Amino acid sequence: MSPRNILHIDMNNFYASVECLYRPELRGKPVAVCGDPALRHGIVLAKNYPAKSAGVTTGQAIWQARQKCPDLVVLPPNFARYLNFARLARNIYADYASRIEAFGLDEAWLDVTDSKSLIGDGKEIADRIRARIRSELGITASVGVSFNKVFAKLGSDMKKPDATTVISVLNYKEKVWPLPVQELLYVGRATRKKLNRKNIFTIGDLARADQRFLTAAFGKWGGVLHDFANGRDDAPVSDFVESSVIKSIGNSTTTPRDLMNEQDVRLVFYVLAESVAARLREHGFRCRTVQVHIRDNGLFTFERQGKLARPTSLSSDIAAKAADIFRENYTWEKPVRTLGLRGCDLVPAGVTDNTQIDIFMDEIRRQKQERLEETLDVLRRRYGYYCLQRAVLLSDRPMHINPRDDHVIHPAGVFNSPLKDRETPGKDGAP
Amino acid sequence: MIRRMPDPSAQKVYVQVTAVFYPDGRLLPVSFVWEDGQSYGIDRVLGTIRAASLKAGGTGIRYTCMVRGRGIHLYFEEDRWFMERRE
Repeated sequence: MSPRNILHIDMNNFYASVECLYRPELRGKPVAVCGDPALRHGIVLAKNYPAKSAGVTTGQAIWQARQKCPDLVVLPPNFARYLNFARLARNIYADYASRIEAFGLDEAWLDVTDSKSLIGDGKEIADRIRARIRSELGITASVGVSFNKVFAKLGSDMKKPDATTVISVLNYKEKVWPLPVQELLYVGRATRKKLNRKNIFTIGDLARADQRFLTAAFGKWGGVLHDFANGRDDAPVSDFVESSVIKSIGNSTTTPRDLMNEQDVRLVFYVLAESVAARLREHGFRCRTVQVHIRDNGLFTFERQGKLARPTSLSSDIAAKAADIFRENYTWEKPVRTLGLRGCDLVPAGVTDNTQIDIFMDEIRRQKQERLEETLDVLRRRYGYYCLQRAVLLSDRPMHINPRDDHVIHPAGVFNSPLKDRETPGKDGAP
Repeated sequence: MIRRMPDPSAQKVYVQVTAVFYPDGRLLPVSFVWEDGQSYGIDRVLGTIRAASLKAGGTGIRYTCMVRGRGIHLYFEEDRWFMERRE
């Protein structure tokens, strides 16, 4: 079988580039797109090249960035616009590939193997796509072309901005192996340290290491990383349909002020549970497991999960379970900064209709509750999120968050960026 | 209708456009009003393509049009039309 043609496209400094397109007067000045400091999301989400060369990095607090770069222009994000640009980019990709796997808003893998006889080889298609992104969207992209996804991603990082890098079966040993091992997808800070301790510093070191040794030291992942370093990655680029399969539905928020007690926490869980439950119903799912994500104000983060007595799409069930899990696992050594809630282990709503009814539960009441929440969905769709609220939420006005509409977004760098826990409040079934 | 005062320093000039929606889905501009109030008829649309305007700052469907013997670009950006200011 001849090698595949896989592209990884990375739109350079995506948020910042889009902002600079719309504000020609800012081009050439250091610009950073940052979250809202008043809501304590005040970190750098994206920066342009002048800001980068001044030392501004993604994930920095605004004040840190300003220390590095006093004349930094700080802009608020405009997610609707970025979503629109991501959609336009996807339309371009669709002219060349049937299989497109989005990785955040600004990155995507394309399998263009079948387009070879129609349009050209990987590099030719990569160059065409870059030209179109430049002329049609007014921003730039870097493209990696390779025979697997991992090397394609590496390639898109090698030359920036607006460049194509080809990593072929013939040249990968020269191009990839000298790179530091943390450049490899899935090698984060912790894994890098462990590898370094075993005297593995470059991807080549990893590739030449004994697979049995790696498996003994790192378990199954050791073998996988060894395969990646040697270009053995046959993971397919998932196509339109596959990428839309939802495995879990989650929501998280950093609240405008720290949460001090259980009452605060319950309040936030209600807001999150309503959003999660509404989206479960929208997609026709019920969840069997609730997962809770907690980060205290010392930025210590952990996750716990628990099984529900029966599948549910009711916000009251989900919020109650979340509160239980929280109570069992949190000792209140510090106030809470961020809370996340996720429904997983999804089952289609119809299938569970013939599950065993619990004799200790009031089934009629339950069905009424379901109808009530469905009615709530309809009202909110027609009259807006705030048309109906739980009375408990009126007790603390500034805690008002509309998790559904506020930020349905995939931030960049799902695996190795400091933004990792700011996961999509949308459909986070995709990797 | 609220008319904003034109900003002479901005390179992006939003204009009032009269356009026709054809039954086959095409949308073609017929005339536009420049910021000084002068109306210009579009003699011919030479081509349409999705394009970004680095000068004005934006992206949309770009109509290349002939107006009084000169070629101009008219951009349809989501729900507004704009042109680039000429020096």
